[in-house]
Amino acid sequence: MSAPALTAKQPKTFAFTADNLETAKKVIAKYPQHREASAVIPLLQLAQAQHDNWLPVAAMDVVAEMLEMPRVRVYEVASFYTMFNRAPVGKYLLQVCTTTPCWLRGSDDIKHVCKSKLGITDGETSSDGLFTMMEVECLGACVNAPMVQINDDYYEDLTAANFTTICDELAAGKTPSIGSQTGRQGSYPLNAAKKAG
Amino acid sequence: MLCFLYSRIRFSVTRNTHAIIEDTSLLMPKLKINDIELEVAPGTSVLQACEQLGIEVPRFCYHDKLSVPANCRMCLVEVEKTPKPQASCALPCGEGMVVKTNTPVVTRARKNVMEMLLINHPLDCPICDQGGECDLQDQAVAYGFDRGRYAEAKRAVKDKELGPLVKTVMTRCIHCTRCVRFADEIAGMPELGAFGRSEHMEIGTYIEKAVSSELSGNLVDVCPVGALTNKPYAFEARPWELSKTETIDVLDAVGSNIRVDARGQEVMRVLPRLHEDVNEEWINDKTRYACDGLKRQRLDKPYIRDVDGKLKPANWGEAFAAIARQIKGLPGEAIAAIAGNLADAESMFALKQLMQYLKSPNMDCRQDGALYDVSQRAGYTFNTTISGIEKADVILLVGTNPRLEASLINARIRKRWLRGGLKVGVISEQADLTYPTKYLGANPLVLDEVLQGRNAFCDLLKNAKNPMIIVGAGALARKDGLFIQYRVRKIAETYNMVRDGWNGFNVLQTSAARVAGLDMSFVPGQNGKSTNDIIAAAQNGKIGLLYLLGADEIDTSKLGSTFVVYQGHHGDAGANRADVILPGSAYTEKNALYMNTEGRLQSTRRAVFPPGEAKEDWQIIRALSEVLGQALPYDTLAQLRQKMVQSHALFARLDHVEPAPWNSFARDGVLDPAPLQSSISNFYQTDVISRSSPTMAACVETFLKSSVAEAAE
Repeated sequence: MSAPALTAKQPKTFAFTADNLETAKKVIAKYPQHREASAVIPLLQLAQAQHDNWLPVAAMDVVAEMLEMPRVRVYEVASFYTMFNRAPVGKYLLQVCTTTPCWLRGSDDIKHVCKSKLGITDGETSSDGLFTMMEVECLGACVNAPMVQINDDYYEDLTAANFTTICDELAAGKTPSIGSQTGRQGSYPLNAAKKAG
Repeated sequence: MLCFLYSRIRFSVTRNTHAIIEDTSLLMPKLKINDIELEVAPGTSVLQACEQLGIEVPRFCYHDKLSVPANCRMCLVEVEKTPKPQASCALPCGEGMVVKTNTPVVTRARKNVMEMLLINHPLDCPICDQGGECDLQDQAVAYGFDRGRYAEAKRAVKDKELGPLVKTVMTRCIHCTRCVRFADEIAGMPELGAFGRSEHMEIGTYIEKAVSSELSGNLVDVCPVGALTNKPYAFEARPWELSKTETIDVLDAVGSNIRVDARGQEVMRVLPRLHEDVNEEWINDKTRYACDGLKRQRLDKPYIRDVDGKLKPANWGEAFAAIARQIKGLPGEAIAAIAGNLADAESMFALKQLMQYLKSPNMDCRQDGALYDVSQRAGYTFNTTISGIEKADVILLVGTNPRLEASLINARIRKRWLRGGLKVGVISEQADLTYPTKYLGANPLVLDEVLQGRNAFCDLLKNAKNPMIIVGAGALARKDGLFIQYRVRKIAETYNMVRDGWNGFNVLQTSAARVAGLDMSFVPGQNGKSTNDIIAAAQNGKIGLLYLLGADEIDTSKLGSTFVVYQGHHGDAGANRADVILPGSAYTEKNALYMNTEGRLQSTRRAVFPPGEAKEDWQIIRALSEVLGQALPYDTLAQLRQKMVQSHALFARLDHVEPAPWNSFARDGVLDPAPLQSSISNFYQTDVISRSSPTMAACVETFLKSSVAEAAE
């Protein structure tokens, strides 16, 4: 994940919106005086959310200045955590879990859909700029494997077919229902939902 | 394991390890290492305790002067009652601890760590500049396997561009983070970092930029492998072909202890030497990299200006005869001498004696034209001493930028600041000194405010335990330097900076020759002329012969038609103007004494011989004196030094700072409201050697011109 982030076209400036600036100040206030640097991760998240889900150098510099910490310390944090994207990503960031439980339950099929349907593999963005695919390690939803995190939401109990549907709906601008795609509640046993019904 | 290796434990390490060590209220823990019992100061790490016993513990990330990250894992030892080997660098000694460093478990653990480190380290020792002086190479001999078991592809890392001084081969990096910590803690330039994680971690600056510190060359020394190497020295030599000479630096007034490495008659590089009271184990970039200036623009034979105004090569006899012809019949007051910033004590002493024989009172070692009171030694030296800075709690800087004038004194102030509780006030131009300062303005009248208690900074001074005031050579070189010196003395006295066991009055000299020159009173005698008066008289044709002992930083265009003798080692401003050139030796080519800004006497040692027909400087003056019929009474350096000690006892003891007695000096007068500023704006080119150095020129291009361009944007 230390992809060469600087090849991306970097905007010259970045500024928090008035709302986000307010939120940022609240976040900073949570930490003791002279420990403002503790707020670096929430502030980076805020900046990333505001900036099409990726962090340009200018945004990191703004955060560094707000927290009075050396810029390079912010770059270190941003590059260490995989949740920070330091290069532009598609509108929908598909984080495909490929750790053992998901892999055993068919994450290879999901990857295959990405390749055949969207034409992307790990780290690539589709030509229409809608989808970016990323292989990730365990996201903690193993009971509903295989799973994919799309932006902030989990999509679970996936198959090649229902994942294709999800991609189609997203491309059409619709919002597919989140969570399990087989209709079970949470992580109940597969037939539990029927019993309850 | 890898994740653990590369994780950033350093963030959790407190910087106050020294503070813990100083707290002696804790009991001294007793422990056993390899069956030897010892008692150590509280806070001592097991690794340090092992060192006290002379037990070698391999290490990469641990460095005496830096914080302890414990991320290389090479220093593992076995501790009784712990299930796994422990990293000794980050393990404080505890009461009753039983440590073993020589068991099979320890050896195996270290071997495994070494194998892990070598997984991604390229096998390019034959083309690596670190070869022969590489920690990894050396320790691999002790702990490495004789063959690799790793058959997969090694990782490759793109090299980083860090500017003209430090070359990078990042594939060799083993992620010890010493460079990151050095830049962060010592240099105060947090521009290096570790990016990415696990196997993808890379050391760099993230955005491409040169490391803008005066101490960046030390990155090369702290790097235990060949990832960061000396760029101008790349592929020039191998350590085993070099002859090493322990000497001192003279390019600023700190007197950093250095080692000059030469191959044949060529100085290849300069490295720092440990001296805890002067430079610790760092040197600045000028000290390290200006040495290529020693090979260029050298004066290697005497020259005489002929009737057409052209300099023609001559032999020593002809040059001396030309001077003798000129001097014949000149009255003493028509002869003058100015000593430059690199002049050694012996040659100044000999020249002063020669001037006395010639009955001339016109001599000055202050080529900057300074006229402050030099009757008291305390009035022109750094009385607190460099290591004394660590005891200070408030520092007031007057007309100085220590970062440019004496980078290592600045590093010492920063070191003190890192420990917490130091306040620094600045009356000078605004500058980034690598630690926070309270800016009081550049107007010298602020000195009066401080003196009369009308400034906000006064409370800090009043309540300080060990306050210091540091006045720069630039402030004292002003026309009102004498009055500034007076006010600074008054401030020192008002705020109890001078008392038994503490002297907080400091002058930060910028030239290596100055303190020795003042100590031996290489200043105008009775009715004698000072530098500016000599130049004015020369312009008016009242000086028949002007002797420049390496004086290049005066305005040589204003010397009228005066007959100028230049003795020195580089063809710079002085030689350009000279009528007779006498080629002397640079600091790497002679055994000579220098007094640093503290008043510490140190000696250079000859690493190579002076080029061509050039001679040691005192010998030139001795030979000239004979031709002039005024032979100086010494034939060897030892005899000269004996005479020098007889007249000035301060030159008797090497590496010692004699506390100067405190007496009244300087006097009151009206200040010039012109702003105070540092005497140095271009750190990289301050003397004939650094001005001749292509590396220093490249630094000016990279660091000074680009920042000007940025500011203009």
